Amino acid sequence: MRYGETGYNLEIDLATGNIERVETDPKMTELHLGGLGTNAKILWDRVPPETDPFSPDNILMFSTGLLCSTPAPGANRTIVTTYSPQTLFMGYSMMGGVFAPELKFAGYDKLIFRNKSPNLVYIWIHNDKVEIRDATHLKGKGAVETQELVRKEVGDPDAQVAAIGLAGENRVYMASIEQGRSSASRLGVGAVMGDKGIKAIAVRGTKDINVARPEEFYQLCNEVLQYIKFREERPIPNVMTILQGLGSPQEMKHTDEKWHTENFMWGNARTRRKDFWNDEIEKRWKDVQLSARKRLISCYNCPMKCGAILSLPGMSTYMMKCFSKLTYTMAAYVDDLDFAFRIAQRATEYGVDGFSTPQVMAFAFELKDAGILTDKDFAGTSAYEACPSDNMGRFYWILDRIARREGIGDILANGTYWAAKEIGNGAEEYAHNNIKKHEQLPLKLGMLNPVYFLMYATGEKANITQIEGQFPQAPFMTMEEREEFIKDWIQVPDEKFKQYVLDWEPRGERSNPYYPTPEIATDIVDWQEMMHFIDDALGVCAGLSSFPLKPPYHIHNYPKFISAATGMDIDEEGLKEIYRRNRNLVRAINVRRGLTRADEKPPQDHWKKRFPELEEKLLDTYYEFKGWSNNGIPRKETLDKLGLEYVSEDLTKRGILTDDEETPAKEASAQK
Amino acid sequence: MGEKIKKKVKTIKIDLEKCNGCRACEVICSAFHASPKYSSNNPARSRVRMIRDPIKDIYVPVYAGEYAPAECMGRDVYVIDGKEYGECDFCRAVCPSRDRFKEPDSGLPLKCDMCEGEEEPLCVKWCITDALTCEEREEEVEEEEKPADMDIALESLVEKHGLEKIADAVARMSKKG
Ligand code: SF4
Ligand code: SF4
Ligand code: SF4
Repeated sequence: MRYGETGYNLEIDLATGNIERVETDPKMTELHLGGLGTNAKILWDRVPPETDPFSPDNILMFSTGLLCSTPAPGANRTIVTTYSPQTLFMGYSMMGGVFAPELKFAGYDKLIFRNKSPNLVYIWIHNDKVEIRDATHLKGKGAVETQELVRKEVGDPDAQVAAIGLAGENRVYMASIEQGRSSASRLGVGAVMGDKGIKAIAVRGTKDINVARPEEFYQLCNEVLQYIKFREERPIPNVMTILQGLGSPQEMKHTDEKWHTENFMWGNARTRRKDFWNDEIEKRWKDVQLSARKRLISCYNCPMKCGAILSLPGMSTYMMKCFSKLTYTMAAYVDDLDFAFRIAQRATEYGVDGFSTPQVMAFAFELKDAGILTDKDFAGTSAYEACPSDNMGRFYWILDRIARREGIGDILANGTYWAAKEIGNGAEEYAHNNIKKHEQLPLKLGMLNPVYFLMYATGEKANITQIEGQFPQAPFMTMEEREEFIKDWIQVPDEKFKQYVLDWEPRGERSNPYYPTPEIATDIVDWQEMMHFIDDALGVCAGLSSFPLKPPYHIHNYPKFISAATGMDIDEEGLKEIYRRNRNLVRAINVRRGLTRADEKPPQDHWKKRFPELEEKLLDTYYEFKGWSNNGIPRKETLDKLGLEYVSEDLTKRGILTDDEETPAKEASAQK
Repeated sequence: MGEKIKKKVKTIKIDLEKCNGCRACEVICSAFHASPKYSSNNPARSRVRMIRDPIKDIYVPVYAGEYAPAECMGRDVYVIDGKEYGECDFCRAVCPSRDRFKEPDSGLPLKCDMCEGEEEPLCVKWCITDALTCEEREEEVEEEEKPADMDIALESLVEKHGLEKIADAVARMSKKG
């Protein structure tokens, strides 16, 4: 019997309709845990680096994590992995909700799709019974609407459905996969799902998931629940409200948006409105939010309530979490939360990423103001009206064009990087907020923060909220505050991190950008990455682990969880080694697709004050610490030590790993 | 008729407003009733189930009650605060009209036993948002024999297949054993 996992993947060939339940090798669990780790292994093994994301040879995986469906609180992540059409690198996007647990109860650790279906289909998985069903009648239907229709069609109210909207069908690079209150929206995974011809996946499972050491596991879960309660009663003092508690940013709970609206940028990540928030806006926004919000809701087996059911008069109900609440309205310069919720509803039905899409839309209007796009691009046709001139109207209009790939929308649908390239004429300068071709949070700051520099530059996920965490975002003002903070900081992997907090000053010698020093910044980033990589392999939500300060899961109790769940005996050192193996494998996948040091660049305007020499030093130090060349490529010894000899051999054969580190690595063919 | 005895009565109070749909109650109930305890979990075996329809904002944790051999002839629809609940949403019965509260493999009925032996029902303990709370009071009741799980299960089988067939099957099985 397998513990923690089911020991089976479901492999579906969409071209032939062949469906196979394949037993997995327990060795892979020992080496990579599951989730992101085993996804990376499968992607490396099966999909050659030359593969275009929209080629039939690209695979699309929906993976559970190793702890999903066990009673471990918050273990509910679905890790979707494929090659991203936008970055061309490995795209891994995660969603909460109930999909992964249901899939595992149906008896599968992963769903692996290859090839393409000739016509639009949905998949219905009910334990051992798996069907590929025609979905032509669902063509063009909204992502939320589709979930309801499919649930009715399969006739099981407990079925969990993940679906794409029109944007996914049209292979919009920002297309998301929507599922209940959650979505896998970053890096274009919805576009690949659409390309494969999958409109939705419905799953229902009623099998058991076993754990190896029941009593021990149950006690560990209780401790986590107790700690969550403890943390809920003790918000962390001296940090911003949204950083005080656990969970994702509590955007559905809080109505005070002074911080976001005045510190994040409006428009195409451009303008800071320092005096935006006032009593009148506060009152109006609060009214809108409280009347639209029907209930705060959780993901599977988690007490945090990061999501909400939203219902506004005259439109169908949908669910939301996190920052999509503000991204559209701020990008559009509309000071109205009602608009924010309404346009987000349409965007959710289309199935698009709430981070990238609003920026692409604002980018389009900047190009128009700059004369790079012209009235012709915003004209009407027999199918649709011309673009209205008011801020709200034109945002709805451009959203429609993008999701439908009509007119200028067809170009914009590829994201700011590719659109700017295609439009030319200086448009590139307006695609200013990307890393690795991917739109970032609209945040522009003053002084370079070395820890954030490294996370932004080197994070494989290309999305800061999925890389940051654990460590305070800014120094505490006084020594008392610092001492207070480190007092009960049990999560640190090493006592030295406490000293870093004590030493970090708001100004003077030991302040940004020279403190944390490159060595210390690297230490901190390594810890942050480690926790995210472990979460993503276990399927535990970052909101209870890698993202917040002082979370219930950490490097000291994770080995116990894994050991009690699976029966493998893993200690901290063993877990760290798995992290390093997975980290290096993901890096190798991207390196094989052409990633080099040149790609590891935060947007030039992210900080006003930049320090080119220091930044190079930061990267050098980080690469050296990781055992990578100064081009960001894992060295042979590094790979071999982790049992990744097959990776170093491959990279050597391709001329990417060379003895002479100074020669730039060969470009892989996927890079356009 | 039994004698009057003092008995502790536990009441689980369900606050629908506070329920966030997390299903922790289902998780822990099914784990608690696994054998060995906590060795597996499977919400389909839980004795409390979330009736959940997010788009309609319907969130109702329902506890498994009595086995019912036939479904109701007439059903009711409740409208509360403008929300229309499904015909069976509040019903505890293990009834042929639905899959809820039946062992997924055998179809045998499940019933909430208030986590006998535990100091607090585990679904309540794991619902840290307090949608579920437990109250205890003493009451004088007439002693009655409580049917064991096995009896409930057998009764339902008898109901389904007839006593004779069940007896035959048991005889056959004991020969094999
Ligand atoms: S912390 Fe929030 S996002 Fe994470 S699992 Fe819990 S409810 Fe979901
Ligand atoms: S544990 Fe509580 S909040 Fe969660 S579903 Fe059950 S009753 Fe609702
Ligand atoms: S009281 Fe115990 S048996 Fe009853 S539903 Fe709750 S956990 Fe299950």
